[in-house]
Amino acid sequence: MTHMFESALIQPGTVVNLSRRFVLKGLAAAGTLVIGTSFLPAPARAASAWKTGADLMTGGTVNNPHVFIAIDPSGIVTILASRTEMGTGIRTSLPMVVADEMEADWSRVRVEQAPGDNIKYGNQDTDGSRSVRHFFWPMRQCGAAMRMMLEQAAAARWEIDVTSVRAQNHEVVNLVTSEVVGYGALAKAASALPVPPVEALRYKDPRDFRYIGTGAIQIVDLRDITMGKATYGLDAKMPGMKFAVIAHPPVVGGKVVSYDASETLKVPGVEKVVVLETPPFPLAFQQLGGVAVIARNTGSAIKGRDKLKVVWDDGPNASYDSVAYRAQMEESVTKPGLVVRDDGDAEGALKSAAKVISATYYLPHLAHASMEPPTATAHVADGKCVAYVSCQWPGDCQADVAKTLGIPREDVTIYPLLMGGAFGRKSCYDYVIEAALLSKATGQPIKVVWTREDDLQHDTYHTVSVERIDAGVDKDGKVIAWRHRTCAPSLMSTFKNDYDHQSPIELGMGVVDNPFDIPNLRCENPAAKAHVRIGWFRVVSNIPHAFAIQSMVGEIAAALGRDQRDMLLEMIGPARTLDPRTFRGVKDFWNYGDPVETWPIETGRLSRVVEIATEQIGWGRSLPKGHGLGVAGHRCFLSYIATAVEVAVDDKGNLSIPRVETAIDCGFYINPERIRALCEGGAVMGTALAKNSEMTFKNGRAQQSNFHDFLLARITEAPLKVGVHIVPADVNIPSSGVGEPPLAPFAPALCNAIFAATGKRIRNLPIGNQLAT
Amino acid sequence: MLSLRVNGSTHVLDLEPEMPLLWVLRDELGLTGTKFGCGIGACGACTVLIEGVAVRSCQVPLSAVGSSAVTTIEGLSPDGSHPVQRAWIEHDVPQCGYCQSGQILAAASLLAKNPAPSDSEIDAAITNICRCGTYPRIRAAIHRAASLGNG
Repeated sequence: MTHMFESALIQPGTVVNLSRRFVLKGLAAAGTLVIGTSFLPAPARAASAWKTGADLMTGGTVNNPHVFIAIDPSGIVTILASRTEMGTGIRTSLPMVVADEMEADWSRVRVEQAPGDNIKYGNQDTDGSRSVRHFFWPMRQCGAAMRMMLEQAAAARWEIDVTSVRAQNHEVVNLVTSEVVGYGALAKAASALPVPPVEALRYKDPRDFRYIGTGAIQIVDLRDITMGKATYGLDAKMPGMKFAVIAHPPVVGGKVVSYDASETLKVPGVEKVVVLETPPFPLAFQQLGGVAVIARNTGSAIKGRDKLKVVWDDGPNASYDSVAYRAQMEESVTKPGLVVRDDGDAEGALKSAAKVISATYYLPHLAHASMEPPTATAHVADGKCVAYVSCQWPGDCQADVAKTLGIPREDVTIYPLLMGGAFGRKSCYDYVIEAALLSKATGQPIKVVWTREDDLQHDTYHTVSVERIDAGVDKDGKVIAWRHRTCAPSLMSTFKNDYDHQSPIELGMGVVDNPFDIPNLRCENPAAKAHVRIGWFRVVSNIPHAFAIQSMVGEIAAALGRDQRDMLLEMIGPARTLDPRTFRGVKDFWNYGDPVETWPIETGRLSRVVEIATEQIGWGRSLPKGHGLGVAGHRCFLSYIATAVEVAVDDKGNLSIPRVETAIDCGFYINPERIRALCEGGAVMGTALAKNSEMTFKNGRAQQSNFHDFLLARITEAPLKVGVHIVPADVNIPSSGVGEPPLAPFAPALCNAIFAATGKRIRNLPIGNQLAT
Repeated sequence: MLSLRVNGSTHVLDLEPEMPLLWVLRDELGLTGTKFGCGIGACGACTVLIEGVAVRSCQVPLSAVGSSAVTTIEGLSPDGSHPVQRAWIEHDVPQCGYCQSGQILAAASLLAKNPAPSDSEIDAAITNICRCGTYPRIRAAIHRAASLGNG
């Protein structure tokens, strides 16, 4: 059909041995039509059938088939994936939408990864669980336009009216003569036709979808993964490439005072050391600074770093102590804080309540610990930069690398490879900046490898939180007052100095959007100054907020002698549609970056997932000794999700999780099989978060360094029976997030189950040995 | 000079004897199917087979391999047809997929000595970390591979 990326972007001599993603040469040999950009119509901006906030992001969305689709004369259809793959399956799901809508046969579709370019491909920030909700319609429009152009080309070929032809499974049928012509034969004529405007597009009847919603299509990289052929960021190869391991400042913001590399340079394979400057705060996505050891392989670079002696100026965070910081936050929530929501008169209602239930919860910093640590490979030469990256934001990365190097954006080419996990860490592309700076300094292609120690000790950490909730109950047992004080350093502090309160983004993750049917509801946010880089970690501030809120529901139920599920459903209240912008005191409400009009809070959907999860786990059934059931239901990333957990706690306090049931309502969905996978994984990741994972700091330094002390779940402790129930939804119900939500309800559901099993209430995570008897 | 036998090919290498096998495979031989996860033998992403037994290549110095045959994920089968690989596809095990080379080789090593492992035998043998949380499917796929026959 048309070109996707210019061959000039791939540097001569670059090893293009990267799985199936870079088959440009193969396509060209097969005679792919490459049409000069000047002949193409201006990219149509996508008009989504449901209104999103996508246009507020750089590049918005693009729905132009000339950008996303290539058809070669043999009929092979190549579809670009513009969002990057970290394990959600998005690299398969969005091209599947294009293929289905254009009536392509998936077995004759190849998926290629788009380079980083927000303007050309639409915004590429692959996070916020937003890829489907922002790009389902643009991709559908892209496929529909392509199908109509193929039909028009066929009609012209047969000299009949376009209404007398129909595209069907990779060919167009002449409804008069029953002749057929394949997409390959039509490609050239179709590519010369104007792209139909969005208003003129005809869509397939959703009942005729072949792939969307079926769960029958496997991820495109599946086979390569099982054969070790899938290419991740860490696997990039460039001719003459050297390997860099960096001694980063042990305290964030610290600087190199002096260093002695004499022993380092004696290590066989080590070639040189290069100092990286530490930029002033705010660091945002810039490099951290330090001393890089450049070697012929990673092993030599690591050994060289071990022998490096560096004197550091630790800077302003040198006294950060997470124990003292926790005490300070616990003190903060005993006093009034900045009021961020104030419905009714919560203070008065608490005073007049028949009973007040109060609890304070603590959740520690977490590290993302994706199995592939951060990594990038860059070559800066002749005023241009080519980089192979493991990165969630390739578009912004392109722009920032250009800015760092002082060259035009167009001269930076970012090839996103598969990410070996990301969970929000790889939105921050500091390591790509490092690779670019080191390549510029050495004139060589450089692969930056973060060791696990680097990853855990220099992360953009999940925040640390203290949450206090006071709930007032009247004499009839109805909750009439709710005061939630949430204290946590903000991720905005990474981007702006002196940002000491949670941002609307964080407060919108479960605090001010609390959907409970409580007339007097007040939320307060005491200040907390950050002393490490705070970033996004899967489901972000919903972790502490959902933990506190859903645990408190369990505490209220226990205090009143009520069933926990019934209490939760009563507090959610009758089915109604809420707009948090109308809640008193709420300013700049953040609805995950999307319009409330499209995605209001629908409490009936929240109740429904709670009902499904609890029904599925057999809520109320009799259980063996030491077993208990717990539930949590939460709206996050515009989806509704509930998890019910069965826990078993033995006499010594060892816990196991025999069963988990999760129900999710994410609106219209593309690939239910991946939704199930993500919900299963959320329970496993949730187990680690609840039981063992914690990052602590002393003298500004992270105290955990590798998987022996930052503990993740292994197969022995992970829940292995995880049922997943997806609420069916037609295409009129806007899609919402899936990647992140499964993590939110797990820990509170588990802790509510632990209470049911043992009578012990867990208020501080991780659980660690709190259950030991 | 040291020689190393990987996936049936012999390589002569001018490297330090203490260089971890992981980096020899990845950076010197370009066999990037073997992954780096922790460097301390804790996660199993770097698992390879030495004489058919799963080992963590970040903990094996080049000099320790000697004349033993090393099999990486690239050499497990010529065409992805090993029962473990087939079972992994049937069960859609991977999410990000990064740890799966190691998981697959750990499973292949287990099945080679125990063709029909129980749940608890699987749990004891599969100590590799998966951050995405694919364990439910890993266990199911190992049972499936066992039923496909230990090729």
